[in-house]
Amino acid sequence: MPRCPPIFAASGKRQVTDMARMTMIEAVRSAMDVSMERDGDVVVFGEDVGYFGGVFRCTQGLQAKYGKTRCFDAPISESGIVGTAIGMAAYGLKPCVEIQFADYMYPAYDQITQEAARIRYRSNGDFTCPIVLRMPTGGGIFGGQTHSQSPEALFTHVCGLKVVVPSNPYDAKGLLIASIEDPDPVMFLEPKRLYNGPFDGHHEKPVTPWSKHELGEVPDGHYSIPIGKAEVRRQGSAVTVITYGTMVHVALAAAEEMGIDAEVIDLRSLLPLDLDTIVQSVTKTGRCVMVHEATLTSGFGAEVVALVQEHCFYHLEAPVVRVTGWDTPYPHAQEWDYFPGPGRVGRALAEVMEA
Amino acid sequence: MTEFPLLSLHVPEPAVRPGGQPDFSNVKIAKAGAVPRPEVDVASEEIRDLAYSIIRVLNRDGEAVGPWAGLLSDEELLTGLRNMMKLRAFDARMLMAQRQGKTSFYMQHLGEEAVSCAFRKALRKGDMNFPTYRQAGLLIADDYPMVEMMNQIFSNESDPLRGRQLPIMYSSKEHGFFTISGNLATQYVQAVGWAMASAIKNDTKIAAAWIGDGSTAESDFHSALVFASTYKAPVILNIVNNQWAISTFQGIARGGSGTFAARGLGFGIPALRVDGNDYLAVYAVSRWAAERARRNLGPTLIEYVTYRVGAHSTSDDPSAYRPKTESEAWPLGDPVLRLKKHLIVKGVWSEERHVQAEAEILDEVIQAQKQAEVHGTLHAGGKPSVRDIFEGVYAEMPAHIRRQRQKAGY
Repeated sequence: MPRCPPIFAASGKRQVTDMARMTMIEAVRSAMDVSMERDGDVVVFGEDVGYFGGVFRCTQGLQAKYGKTRCFDAPISESGIVGTAIGMAAYGLKPCVEIQFADYMYPAYDQITQEAARIRYRSNGDFTCPIVLRMPTGGGIFGGQTHSQSPEALFTHVCGLKVVVPSNPYDAKGLLIASIEDPDPVMFLEPKRLYNGPFDGHHEKPVTPWSKHELGEVPDGHYSIPIGKAEVRRQGSAVTVITYGTMVHVALAAAEEMGIDAEVIDLRSLLPLDLDTIVQSVTKTGRCVMVHEATLTSGFGAEVVALVQEHCFYHLEAPVVRVTGWDTPYPHAQEWDYFPGPGRVGRALAEVMEA
Repeated sequence: MTEFPLLSLHVPEPAVRPGGQPDFSNVKIAKAGAVPRPEVDVASEEIRDLAYSIIRVLNRDGEAVGPWAGLLSDEELLTGLRNMMKLRAFDARMLMAQRQGKTSFYMQHLGEEAVSCAFRKALRKGDMNFPTYRQAGLLIADDYPMVEMMNQIFSNESDPLRGRQLPIMYSSKEHGFFTISGNLATQYVQAVGWAMASAIKNDTKIAAAWIGDGSTAESDFHSALVFASTYKAPVILNIVNNQWAISTFQGIARGGSGTFAARGLGFGIPALRVDGNDYLAVYAVSRWAAERARRNLGPTLIEYVTYRVGAHSTSDDPSAYRPKTESEAWPLGDPVLRLKKHLIVKGVWSEERHVQAEAEILDEVIQAQKQAEVHGTLHAGGKPSVRDIFEGVYAEMPAHIRRQRQKAGY
């Protein structure tokens, strides 16, 4: 007998049992709640995280439920937050800390890249670093240059880290639980524009709430989704769109609107990367569009595209195209000219189909 | 036109440069035994003076005097002396091994042996140090096998770290020695986190953070003090002020603050300054701080005033930036000679026994080196496998690293 009811039937289809409707915020909170309940070594802290429950309310109620020593406010010092989390992990705890915005992680970059990422390696396993850094990421909220960044490539370039970007409440909970249970450091980037609904880039229209979306159905209890497995969100045979986070929903909208038979892959985990799913799809379609919000040059798309040409070159019928944020700081007033919306993604799909 | 003069930038300079006469007249040194010993639950604001003075126990005649004296038995002091002598002999052999090409790099402790050797005595099994590269006395004084240290230095087939780390960047959880990083100050705030975890779990263990004078300028040092102060973490915050950060004198990191210990005062952390070349004083102050931590009274900041007699590392040449005779002029003397003198004054040691002990220790170090060299040195004999490059990046090797390992032929 499995300890928990299976989420996936043998067919791979989700079984709907015991489901609650959750926003992504509630799903993330539920993941921490379930983890803290099951494991007394899980602690949660960060700026405004304790009494108030975080600026996005992801940790609301955790301090009241688990006490001040397991969920607490931290000084405004990201290097301090990550540095103390590393020390706690060396002791044997499993800290799941919040960096208020991904844009604020830079003061902790030394701790992340030279410490957390390498402690297992440099000590030959004498010490390890099972920490999770949760950080709201991406644009679409008029946050300007310091509340809109997508720094995932700065993490995928660092050996020793895992990098996860969920695109919906169901995945967010399962992947966050897996991240907390993972024996290595995990950067958990939460696309903040998705917190309350599957934003498809049509900013002029109201967003459907998660309560009306299939992936807003989230089990109350414990389940986990393996890190390193992509999910095909839309089956198609004409072109493969590889993406993650907010852009999953933008790509799905673009495919529908253009009437193109696109296969949309939600990577979910950038490191480790599910190369098999990518290769299988591109080999089938022969065409590929890579989409992300982050800037173009040396972005994660560059890595994916290099892998696609390495593994699928003789199946390609068109040059691979990238749709990304521009190579500029994230602007404020021109948000929707910067954000790669369904229009740009749709044009890229058409371009690849015509090539 | 302005009523004020034009601005000019102040760039501090050490008192003397090469060719000059060493001068430490600016280093104010309290008389041994003169600094009071407060109760461990004292409020930091009541002992502000201790951040500006120097706690000393051994006087110039080799006697232990004052309120910080009398904590160690003769036997313990003799062990302390042997530990410092062993560290010094170990350093001398490894420096020689580096010159012989058996390793790429080495960092010695010459003149600073008392700091880590005496401190170790204040900790218990299970406590955790977050050291820098100049605290190997923590391992020596805890009887970590010298052969293991040498295996790491030689990056040989028995290197516990499999050739991944620069020489002397040891790691031993069992001996309370966190893996050394090599970049600076990061470990300081990690120590505070470890101590917070011990408090979160209602444990009894404490942590010790280590940093040098130069690296106190890093933001992680200040982050560590904020977190330690806010959460009253059971941690001892050690600053080893050996006067020199490679070629940069301590005034560049210290700035206008009178002492490094004084950095603790703004955070409400009790801060003490101690003679780092006085084994008895180092132990007494460490023990005071450890007791505070164990009683849940929170952190203590300690500045050890010492002098880096040797070069920063084997890649450094101090004659380019400080007078060659500066170490001889250092007013706090040599930690080994001072403890030796004290034990002779007490009648439990002698010049003859010292010479004999030196020979025994040297033999012990040489035997360890022979054993280590059987397993290879950096460019000769047994080596870690190329496979070891790829292992241990993650708990479980991801597919992309496996592919790269295969590409490398392993």
